[in-house]
Amino acid sequence: MDRIPILKMGEFLLVTIQVDMHDRVALALQDDLTAKIAATGARGVLIDISSLETVDSFIGRMLANIAATSRVLDAETVVVGMRPAVAITLVELGLSLYGVRTALNVERGMEMLSTAISAASREMFHGRDQA
Amino acid sequence: MAVIRRETMELRAEDEIVKVRHLVRQWASELGFGLVDQTKLVTAASELSRNTLVHGGGGTVELEALEEGLRRGLRLTFTDFGPGIADIELALRDGYTTGSGLGLGLGGAKRLVNEFSITSRPGEGTRVVMARWK
Repeated sequence: MDRIPILKMGEFLLVTIQVDMHDRVALALQDDLTAKIAATGARGVLIDISSLETVDSFIGRMLANIAATSRVLDAETVVVGMRPAVAITLVELGLSLYGVRTALNVERGMEMLSTAISAASREMFHGRDQA
Repeated sequence: MAVIRRETMELRAEDEIVKVRHLVRQWASELGFGLVDQTKLVTAASELSRNTLVHGGGGTVELEALEEGLRRGLRLTFTDFGPGIADIELALRDGYTTGSGLGLGLGGAKRLVNEFSITSRPGEGTRVVMARWK
């Protein structure tokens, strides 16, 4: 498998990583997601990593890059479903995923995205009010 | 201490990082390591495999199942014949990188295992030995 599928659902893009990714698959996902955000104008990206048994510094960097890039493109990213063993290992590895929003599961992740996006539009609305 | 099983795997291409992860997961599980310990071992192995490929230009990884009294352990030895590491202390420091990574590979992997040692000579290659005990 060379590409991870990206699903569009309303304003959101959904990615479920179900395989142990080769490095180049991770890099391809980063590029594909960036292109898809730009093409669809998506406001949020939800990445489900509940099937991932390992997250090393390479995958961690990919997640941080996706979050940073999508933010620049006006989309929020949330990573959901991290396994407890992966969380413990990541912290010990020294990777805190700074700048990456996380949620326990898909449901909470969706909530988080909706809240973030409505807060952003409110801000925009008020901004206009004052102008 | 006795080595009860040994296997060597070539590390020549990026695909093999995934193979190393699977092999280490399988060995760790068969040796009776718990899920968190398995994950730590696999993650450390993944970091070191990538180092062997990216910085060492490829090499080998040797897996050894260890037994000492009632204790069981897994030892992994990564060997490459690449440019070597001039300053090991610096290479182990978090955030230090000569590549494009985060610089967490070596220092991070060290924190995930019980025993960790690096031998390296500039121009001759690098050998990293690490072990985790149950």
